[in-house]
Amino acid sequence: MKNKLLQRLALAAGAVLISGSALAQVKIAYIDPLSGPFANVGEGGLKGFKEAADILVNQKGGVLGQKLEFVGFDNKGSPQESQIQLKAAIDQGFRFITQGNGSGAAHSLIDAVNKWNARNPDKTVLFFNYAAVDPTLTNEQCSFWHFRFDANTEMKMEAITNFMEKDKSIKKVFIIGQDYAHGHQVAKYTKEQLAKKRPDVKIVGEDLHPIGKVKDFAPYIAKIKASGADTVMTGNWGNDLSLLVKAAKDAGLKARFFTYYAGGLGTPQAMGASGEGKVLQLTEWHDNVPTKSTEKFAADFNKKYAPAAYFYYLRVNTMTEMVAKAMNTAKSTDPKAVALALEDMRFPAENGEVWMRKSDHQLMQPLYISIFTKADGKTVKHDSEGTGYGWKTLASISQRDSQMPTSCIMERP
Amino acid sequence: MEFVVISLLNGITYGLLLFMLSSGLTLIFSMMGILNFAHASFYMLGAYFAYQISAWLGFWPGLLVAPLLVGAVGAAVERYGLRRAHRFGHVAELLFTFGLAFLVEEVVHLVWGTSSVDYKIPAELDGTLFTLFSTDFPIYKGFMMLISVGMLVALYALLTRTRIGLIIQAALTKPDMVEALGHNVPRIFMLVFGGGTALAGLAGVIGGNAFITEPGMAAAVGSIVFVVVVVGGLGSLGGAFVASLLIGCIQTFSIGLTISVTDVFALIGVTLPAGSQVARLTITQLAPVLPYILMVAILIFRPRGLMGARES
Repeated sequence: MKNKLLQRLALAAGAVLISGSALAQVKIAYIDPLSGPFANVGEGGLKGFKEAADILVNQKGGVLGQKLEFVGFDNKGSPQESQIQLKAAIDQGFRFITQGNGSGAAHSLIDAVNKWNARNPDKTVLFFNYAAVDPTLTNEQCSFWHFRFDANTEMKMEAITNFMEKDKSIKKVFIIGQDYAHGHQVAKYTKEQLAKKRPDVKIVGEDLHPIGKVKDFAPYIAKIKASGADTVMTGNWGNDLSLLVKAAKDAGLKARFFTYYAGGLGTPQAMGASGEGKVLQLTEWHDNVPTKSTEKFAADFNKKYAPAAYFYYLRVNTMTEMVAKAMNTAKSTDPKAVALALEDMRFPAENGEVWMRKSDHQLMQPLYISIFTKADGKTVKHDSEGTGYGWKTLASISQRDSQMPTSCIMERP
Repeated sequence: MEFVVISLLNGITYGLLLFMLSSGLTLIFSMMGILNFAHASFYMLGAYFAYQISAWLGFWPGLLVAPLLVGAVGAAVERYGLRRAHRFGHVAELLFTFGLAFLVEEVVHLVWGTSSVDYKIPAELDGTLFTLFSTDFPIYKGFMMLISVGMLVALYALLTRTRIGLIIQAALTKPDMVEALGHNVPRIFMLVFGGGTALAGLAGVIGGNAFITEPGMAAAVGSIVFVVVVVGGLGSLGGAFVASLLIGCIQTFSIGLTISVTDVFALIGVTLPAGSQVARLTITQLAPVLPYILMVAILIFRPRGLMGARES
């Protein structure tokens, strides 16, 4: 009994020592859903960051001689829980956070980070946003302490509607989205920009459904069908998208889907052959955009993690490399110094040169519109999630063309 | 027309699944007076068991074995947990099942992880059963309907045409008399609880792959099942059936309607101020709330439910 107690004490002491030496690492808190309806997406993202830190940073010398590490904090997809997790991360000494799944949580985090930094100027926190795309985050709500590495909805819709402008087969559009900030913005920009570019296109329906709650989209599909839409526009992600396309497949809906995230975890499998020639996505990259080294990175990643996760987020790699570069250039891991080094940075990413605009901290990067097509080993070299179907580029938008003006008036410390 | 027929089919499929879930709950309530808050947890267990068995042996053995396993777990819970809690009255029972729901969720987290598992529809049921107008109806939905209706018929036959059903019905109203006649009433209770949870397990087996198998699936259906039971009338199997179909169709059709709240109020002659938050809501957005509005209305105007026998 006594021996056991001693053993435990020794173990605990060891754990303290180990965590003590871990403080020498540069740690970034990954605050995203690791449980609940979007846990699969959150876990996939965390794997991506860990892999990127290991291979792209730590194996190449690390950050100022230290290791870069991402640690998961489960925000359950909720804005309230995000604040609690932010507090927990700060208490544990984290000075950098990243989040992406859900603009609601991102709003809440920006708010909390701004307040914290105003009150604790000696212990500031920096927020890297890798996927929350509500445009207000880099416009009305922009903050010096926030950097976004994904194109926002305004940029994405500009690209998608430019593409729609040329496709005269589009006559009736149905908008379906999740009922929160992001879904609302997608609907708003779709309507605004289509009204400008294609006034002849009719919006035949617009629906917002509760996020993460709908398990059977058949009633929505019946409605889309009844509306006579030839095109569906959706910003859905995670299971909200895979269940949507699954229901469309079951009902044999013929309409085309314009999506943000159809390449994301689980959706290619849910579509299978039924998505061929029907599902489009707008992303900063996909498997069949040629790169220098990401092809190998992606293959290794998939070998290691499939089917729990597939490589999808190139921007996760870009962000990890840019953050490491900023720290190395600033020769500091102080959030303010890192932020100043990130501003205006131009970086040769795998999808082309990217630029972190100083005025609103929005990353400018090339974008691709691609369509789900049978893999042929040539232009569609890689399939997605073992389905035999992959993404084929239909249009590419240069970094310069993707830029949109910002209304950000940034308060700088 | 196409929309109405397809929505009706969708509504009935969903309603039948709800019935499979709520039949066990209402059976347990009418027999034992226990409101089983953990009922949806058995639904989740059914899905996870079926996922595990289908990973080892395939879907069909899972369809058979998983509900039996869930029923066995349910019977064990009754025998070693509820029966003890029963001595301390209804509040203890209620708290017991409430705690059990959390326990099951945590166990699922520990065993299968916090994310969803890849429980898929078997290849032979993946396809189109028939095409109506121009909408396909998937085989799997037909299969779900078949199982639900088959279960309904079997349950009805069991309760009204067999000896055990007779005793169950007798124990329902006069447990003391049945016991005096030499029947082991506690064992009947255990059987009913096991049977009720097995039905929930069966619903999980076919609902888990139709929708998604994840630790939140119990919470997602937990409250709607209570709505079904309250609307149908606590303890009434027929009521649960009608209420399930009603709620299934309400949810499906309300999603399909394109009218707004303003239009609804206009029907009864009330004009809402234009531009207000409420006026802009569509019925589609309200769809998830409608069953609960129905429940509240039923509780106010007909507390015993559509076909319930008692006033409580």
